[in-house]
Amino acid sequence: MILQGIAFYVFAALLVASGVMVISARNPVHSVLYLILAFFQAAGLCLLMGAEFVAMILVIVYVGAVAVLFLFVVMMLDINFRELRQGALEVLPLGGLIGLILLSELAAVAGGWIVAPGVEKLAAAPTPAITTVTNTHALGQLMYTQYVYLFQACGIVLLIAMIGAIVLTLRHRVGVRKQDVGAQIARHRDSVVAIRKVSSGEGV
Amino acid sequence: MAEFFNGFLLPLIIIVLKILAITVPLLVAVAFMTYAERKIMGAMQLRQGPSLVGPFGLLQPFADGLKLFAKEQILPEGANRVVFYIAPMITFFLALVAWAVIPFDYGVVLSNINVGVLYLFAISSLGVYGIVMAGWASNSRYAFLGALRSAAQMVSYEVSMGLIIITVLLCVGSLNLTDIVRAQETIWFAIPLFPMFIMFFISALAETNRSPFDLPEGESELVAGFMVEYSSAPFALFFLGEYANMILMSAMTSILFLGGWLSPLPFAPFTWIPGVVWFALKISACLFTFVWVRATMPRYRYDQLMRLGWKVFLPFSLFWVVLTAGVLVTFGWLPK
Repeated sequence: MILQGIAFYVFAALLVASGVMVISARNPVHSVLYLILAFFQAAGLCLLMGAEFVAMILVIVYVGAVAVLFLFVVMMLDINFRELRQGALEVLPLGGLIGLILLSELAAVAGGWIVAPGVEKLAAAPTPAITTVTNTHALGQLMYTQYVYLFQACGIVLLIAMIGAIVLTLRHRVGVRKQDVGAQIARHRDSVVAIRKVSSGEGV
Repeated sequence: MAEFFNGFLLPLIIIVLKILAITVPLLVAVAFMTYAERKIMGAMQLRQGPSLVGPFGLLQPFADGLKLFAKEQILPEGANRVVFYIAPMITFFLALVAWAVIPFDYGVVLSNINVGVLYLFAISSLGVYGIVMAGWASNSRYAFLGALRSAAQMVSYEVSMGLIIITVLLCVGSLNLTDIVRAQETIWFAIPLFPMFIMFFISALAETNRSPFDLPEGESELVAGFMVEYSSAPFALFFLGEYANMILMSAMTSILFLGGWLSPLPFAPFTWIPGVVWFALKISACLFTFVWVRATMPRYRYDQLMRLGWKVFLPFSLFWVVLTAGVLVTFGWLPK
């Protein structure tokens, strides 16, 4: 038990510390690396709570895919971030206000979970006990039965976002040499090579 | 004191010994993998391969290692010191930690976790960081180009790899690696899911940046890609990491498709051989194919690589997920 306590405080302290470093690091690439460290600490906290599936998905999706693309973009940007930081103090009140609004929303959600009607019923039996069924089974049973419409709606939103991103960025340029694999494979020797007998001094 | 010893210290010592029992043979295997690669490629190209150090050149990998560690470490000018040195460590570290969940035989596993496949997938998808960080921190154009290529390549092939793993999971009904192997007692998944087996192996080639997908280090156009600025021990760590990753990917292929530690035929003369030996033999067969491909295939062009990943592998593996799910549901074969 004491080991778990120590692990929790180590993960939590490192999470907060790396979160602070994300916004205070001078070099934007270092910021992204600290963000990745923060994701790892969050995954560690999930593991401590017994949410192994969520922890692994967090690492796979955020660290393995999203943060790689972040890093990819940030490395290629050539921006002087010190110049960008110049006016940071002037917008500090606005940033603080947004932070406060988000915090109060979080409190509202947490409060709603306590006082909302019908919550006891949901909270009483969210999933079977962790000893009888694995994380993955429990999540699947809940997501594909009770919340199946919401789950499908999420999928549709993501699909539309993806198609939207493609439509917005796709440009059809003319005069680009493209490789058509089908046409290449379909080429036959007879249609592209002609053998002629050339007698000397005459040409083709 | 006795309570402290029995409750805390003894388990710790046992775990450390278990870890050593996995990593030490693994590192020896990595050393001999480099030797085997040179010997096999030598035979395929009608050469001798290493033959002078020790009998049949068997001590060549150790001579190479000593040479590498005795060389001078060079930090390029303008390089980011911390990230530059962390990058090879991450590559090597990730190649080793993944082995924590690999079952070598029934019950012979360091940590038998419920989400073993996801753990392996997560670790293998992190491999890109070592390369990207190395490329960026080197402050060199060649290294940076190699890193960018590698980031795009590994993210692309992870997608189809994930879908291939999902087809296997549909047939097993569990994310536990031991369960996955035991589900193959009747038939290895390589037979009913044969196209997925081939695609998984090709994706593994791309994930480990091996030929014909070794564009991140493409020596003909990028000198040596992301590791061009590295020398001495950090270079050795990259090298060891790459080969340990190859062995890991071969182990994943054997567990997901070739029945892990199971013997090919479930009766007497075959079952006398212990499971660890079968597992090692399957890994060796996969590794041989890795080398065979390297000695045979020319390198892909970058646009061809992307086309293969996104336009061939992704749609086909997605189709196969739907097909597998459909067949399992139609015939009532879904695992309980």
